[in-house]
Amino acid sequence: MLQLLHGTNVNWMGRRHIAYWFSGLCVLASLVSLILHGGPRYGVDFTGGTLLEIRVTPPPPVETIREAVDKAGFLGSEIQRLDKPGQFLIRLGAHQDAKNSASGIRTAIQAAHPASTFELLRVESVGPRVGGELRGAALKAIFLALGLILVYVAIRYDWRYSMGAVVALFHDVFIALGALSITNREVTLTVVAALLTIAGFSINDTIVVFDRIRERKQTLRREPAEKVMNIAVNETLSRTIITSFTVFLTVLALFLLGGEVIHDFSFAMLVGVVFGTYSSVYVASGLALDTQLYLERLASRRKQ
Amino acid sequence: MTQTDQRKFFGTIIGLAVCLYTLWPTFQFYSMSPEKRQEVLRARPADARDEGERTRLEKLAKLREKAIKLGLDLQGGMYLLLEVDKSKLGPAEAKNAVDQAMQIIRNRIDQFGVAEPSIQKQGDNRILIQLPGLLDRERAKELIGQTALLEFKLVKTDEETRAILDRIDSYFARKKLGVIPDTTAPDSLRHPFTSHFLFVGQRSESFALSSEVAAIDSMLLSLRADSTFVLDATLAWDAHETDIQGRTGRVLYVLTKEPLMRGSEVASAQMRLDLDQERPGAPGVSFTLTGRGGAIFGDITGANVGRRLAIVLDGRIQSAPNIQERIPRGQGSITGSFTEEEAQNLAIVLRSGALPAPVNVVEERTVGPSLGQDSIQKGLHAGAIGTLLVVLFMIVYYRLSGVVAVVTLLLNIIALLAAMAGFHATLTLPGIAGIVLTVGMAVDANVLIFERIREELRNKRTVLAAIDTGYSRAFRTIVDAHVTTLLSAVALMWFGTGPVRGFAVTLSIGLIINMITAVGVSKMIFDAWSLRRKVSSISI
Repeated sequence: MLQLLHGTNVNWMGRRHIAYWFSGLCVLASLVSLILHGGPRYGVDFTGGTLLEIRVTPPPPVETIREAVDKAGFLGSEIQRLDKPGQFLIRLGAHQDAKNSASGIRTAIQAAHPASTFELLRVESVGPRVGGELRGAALKAIFLALGLILVYVAIRYDWRYSMGAVVALFHDVFIALGALSITNREVTLTVVAALLTIAGFSINDTIVVFDRIRERKQTLRREPAEKVMNIAVNETLSRTIITSFTVFLTVLALFLLGGEVIHDFSFAMLVGVVFGTYSSVYVASGLALDTQLYLERLASRRKQ
Repeated sequence: MTQTDQRKFFGTIIGLAVCLYTLWPTFQFYSMSPEKRQEVLRARPADARDEGERTRLEKLAKLREKAIKLGLDLQGGMYLLLEVDKSKLGPAEAKNAVDQAMQIIRNRIDQFGVAEPSIQKQGDNRILIQLPGLLDRERAKELIGQTALLEFKLVKTDEETRAILDRIDSYFARKKLGVIPDTTAPDSLRHPFTSHFLFVGQRSESFALSSEVAAIDSMLLSLRADSTFVLDATLAWDAHETDIQGRTGRVLYVLTKEPLMRGSEVASAQMRLDLDQERPGAPGVSFTLTGRGGAIFGDITGANVGRRLAIVLDGRIQSAPNIQERIPRGQGSITGSFTEEEAQNLAIVLRSGALPAPVNVVEERTVGPSLGQDSIQKGLHAGAIGTLLVVLFMIVYYRLSGVVAVVTLLLNIIALLAAMAGFHATLTLPGIAGIVLTVGMAVDANVLIFERIREELRNKRTVLAAIDTGYSRAFRTIVDAHVTTLLSAVALMWFGTGPVRGFAVTLSIGLIINMITAVGVSKMIFDAWSLRRKVSSISI
């Protein structure tokens, strides 16, 4: 029998304060990055604007593209060279009239380099009002998802536990958002989908641990809460790690091989899966323990 | 095997058979050559010339319907969200405007020749258009978005033209100075409007350099906004730039306010290359009016011989020929500096009629076919590698039990794809990501069960008892864990659009199937195997 992490006997709960510090630092780093960048970097889905992905062969330097875009009248556009040779992303501002932008830029590039071929790979153009609507829809989806999850967890578990689970969930999603901001990636509709999936997934592992805590609390009635929780976390550790690991494998495959279009999506998922696993063990259970200890202290003080 | 086990076993086999049957058309379709696939995509039984062809085309259309469709992000294509601008319509007109516009746009797209276009009404004033496959993006957009309101208006005579332009001049002069300036004032003060032109009212034409056009337009805009200034005329630019005395500019005409006739009287229109005698081979459009329209046209031309008649399309003058004589049969033509494709477009929009109101593109997503192909390849590649990694891990870690999990996983993927084909769901790139993600999560349930069984075995239970307890104890946890992810997916399905909804759909279907197969099917395999052999050890 191949076994990893069997019979671990780590005093997780005793060291939960280290985890609090670590999580605190990660959240702080995310917060600082978000503040410095002036909030998440929203994609055209949410800001409105036009995005063009083009391929020019033979591959020209990025300056050629910039000159051509300027010449076509789209000054101040953002130009990004993609990994594949000759492939560029051109982001026109929301205020610019994007009509005929593709043909204008094509003409300008071919005027400068008559021998080159131009291919339009992708256009995404969102009017400012639709951008606002998509923003609203994304927010609604996020609130609905979080609301549904919270209600479910609240029904299924004691509220003292729910709090830990909920904090862990926000922790995971926020750090994923922070990681996007630190690496200067965009928040698009697909990335929002990733964030919501993280929310659903983050609570997965937490539930496994909490189920076991509940079970152990019944069999080990006389033991202190801290010990019960340590036993439960240790007992479920291998399945927590393995379930996350299989998901991690598939997400890693998507991140490395899935291509440009879903790169940011898989990046967010990757961060979310790693932090989701860590937070189930540490943040969720730790907080559940602290809530319980606090309530016990409160009760004993009242008795006196 | 007990009787329940037998029933379960046959249930699984039948389920698998149904899934494979549902997936058969998909398999057929995607193993075809690209040319054959195009033929299937374009098959329209209505186009059939005889009975034999009709049955053949119907078969192809049915195959297309039953195969899993690829989203626009994978096969390439265009997604357009149009908004109908009803601001200038009365309440009665506004009521039907969107439906009318949809009908006309559908007409135009049909003539353009796109396989499987989808045109849907969205909300009160929006139309969602999806055009799959390879197409000329700019041309398609122009064809769909053009209002194509064709009007015939008389051009005012030289005297009338000058009189109207003078009135406009004095309006702006008074607005600027409060009084009409005397003759000693500089020209730009006395003629604030006409001083932008090189000449006015010569053969009814007024010519301005291209650089002046924007300034003139903004003056005309403020003129229209002022309701105290009543102008019994329309000022309209020629649609094309012209060179006069070696300088490039545009010609402005002063026209009668009300059209003599509208384009709704057009019966047919064709692109032709022989319309312009001075430029043979230059593309143009000839049109024929309906009987009623022809009669009106005859009356108009008969009453106005010697005057100029402007053919106005969407507020721009296409041409303004002199009326030589009465034109009885209602035939006319539009020439200008068109490309062949533009002329073809114009013929289509004239035939299908004008939109009841202007439409604006408020959202566009276009994916070129090469990027779509690239996305499919990468998505499938990532999916295959991801699945392989998971399979290897499960077999190495759980050995024979791992094999059971892998069998379950494969059944899972088959069932998921079959469900997609059955529900006519569309596969998008995020949808592929959803499937890949489900693969990672599908084995979760088995991991939970196996770990539990291992634990029970460590507690010195018999194999059978360990399996039973493992499954029953893990079940609750599995449901909990799946439900939370499912809740997120449902929220996404509610509010997401396009590709993102594809993700939510595959993820939700996948999760539901996971719960069924992980608990039902893998348990069945375990039971069958352990009961028959009366096993005392288990490979887990």
